Amino acid sequence: MSIEEIQKDIVEEFSLYDDWMDKYGYLIELGNQLKELDPIYKTDQYLIKGCQSRVWLVAEKRDGKIYFKGESDAVIVKGLVALLLRVVSGRYPKEIIDNDLHFIEDLGLTRHLSPTRSNGLLAMVKQIRLYAVAYNRLDN
Amino acid sequence: MHFDIDKIRNYFPVLRLEIYNKPLVYLDNAASTQKPLQVLMAYEKIHNDYYGNIHRAAHYMADRATSDFEAVRKKAGNFINASSEKEIIFTKGTTESINLVASSFGEQFIRPGDEIIVTEMEHHSNIVPWQLLTIRKGAKIIKLPISDIGELQTGLIPELINAKTKLIAVTHVSNVLGTINPVKQIIETAHARGVPVFVDGAQAVQHLPVDVQDLDADFYAFSAHKMYGPNGVGVLYGKEKWLEQMPPYQGGGEMISEVTFEKTTFSEIPFKFEAGTPNITGVISFGAAIDLLTEIGLANIAEWENSLLLYATEMLKSIKGLNIYGESGKKSGVISFNIKEIHPYDLGMLLDKSGIALRSGHHCADPLMKYYNIPGTVRVSFGLYNTREEIDRLMAALARAVEMLK
Repeated sequence: MSIEEIQKDIVEEFSLYDDWMDKYGYLIELGNQLKELDPIYKTDQYLIKGCQSRVWLVAEKRDGKIYFKGESDAVIVKGLVALLLRVVSGRYPKEIIDNDLHFIEDLGLTRHLSPTRSNGLLAMVKQIRLYAVAYNRLDN
Repeated sequence: MHFDIDKIRNYFPVLRLEIYNKPLVYLDNAASTQKPLQVLMAYEKIHNDYYGNIHRAAHYMADRATSDFEAVRKKAGNFINASSEKEIIFTKGTTESINLVASSFGEQFIRPGDEIIVTEMEHHSNIVPWQLLTIRKGAKIIKLPISDIGELQTGLIPELINAKTKLIAVTHVSNVLGTINPVKQIIETAHARGVPVFVDGAQAVQHLPVDVQDLDADFYAFSAHKMYGPNGVGVLYGKEKWLEQMPPYQGGGEMISEVTFEKTTFSEIPFKFEAGTPNITGVISFGAAIDLLTEIGLANIAEWENSLLLYATEMLKSIKGLNIYGESGKKSGVISFNIKEIHPYDLGMLLDKSGIALRSGHHCADPLMKYYNIPGTVRVSFGLYNTREEIDRLMAALARAVEMLK
């Protein structure tokens, strides 16, 4: 599936819930299912600083693709991390560069993206793009 | 006590809002309060009836704006019982008031090696301006620590003060813990040793009666937007003897008496500290907020909010694993808490979706978070329009959130 298709899928999954509490219930479920990040990565080196919760993001490259791992100390943010990883992990750098990560806005979760005092999600998206751009340069 | 809560709530149409299909319960009053009709109407009236720039032109519009603007200065002075309206300076808000003192008082009185005592429970706004000042001047910040229940260790003040101590900066009420600090006693201790005191009253003036002469405060700052007034207006009270000695904060129109390219002479206080066109419409509508608080009475408000505080504290304590930060016997309507194994951010998000507006995070008080070794708290803060029913709604929403997160 393409990045675009996965984003469409996610938006559809959330549209099944009318109530905001249920949408967040689903996010919590995804957060609880997210594989725990190895504590060796929970260091300042991988920390994306947000105002309200801490997020760690790790990237590694195998066979030309970037694989991401991540976690947060807040379970709702963990759910958001899970969604992001589902969209961008295991992709070629160019795919990430060429695609807009619009599903967050589509879900109505834009409040998470306020440029200051956010939960680090915007910073996380930026970091993912930086990895993609960097790896893409290394390839060429 | 006569406290007509229905009448008061009717002054605030915004309280009838529904968000996410749930009735709004606004419990983030320590961040900012909602605005009553009186303030909104005053704001509209100025623009419709008599708007003009103040203190300058000799025409009807400007005259009337000037006299209303100056009337609010008097009103603000009376509100905190300043001895003269000359001691009332209008600013953008508490933060600017603090920066003004740090800049002007600091310029005049702080020398290399001097010390400023700042408490551990301050908002960043009452830390950073002093830090910038100490960097400029080669001076030093000395921390006044708190105790586990969230009270200042005021007994340490005599030890902390020495010949180099030039100022103590303390908040009247903590924005995180709700602790009402014994500022009168602190000021007495400081003055006995010749040290002036700056009081951050941003979380106090809307909750309890304040008398700056009785406190004998040297400086006292607060913001209109936290007391049902408009945004962008703040007050700095300063004793005349300090204000007279302090150099201007910013240069511009209004604050001058005569300008030549060689030399400028400055206006009298308070105008010396008010460069440029001030927030005229904001200040004038702020008058309506002061009127409302005065009409209801700060003592009545304090009693009403205290009953909310006690009720909410009791209810919250019944939740398993819930820990309240700040358990002083003297508290204003602020409760900070965490629930075991739940991140405050998660709680805040779910409460929001239940229609409850409150704050989760570090509340711009990192040193305090460090003291308790926590990433943040959930904070409930009351205003005069909150009710027991709203606390019940909060409790129901909390129960549901905890169930989802456990």
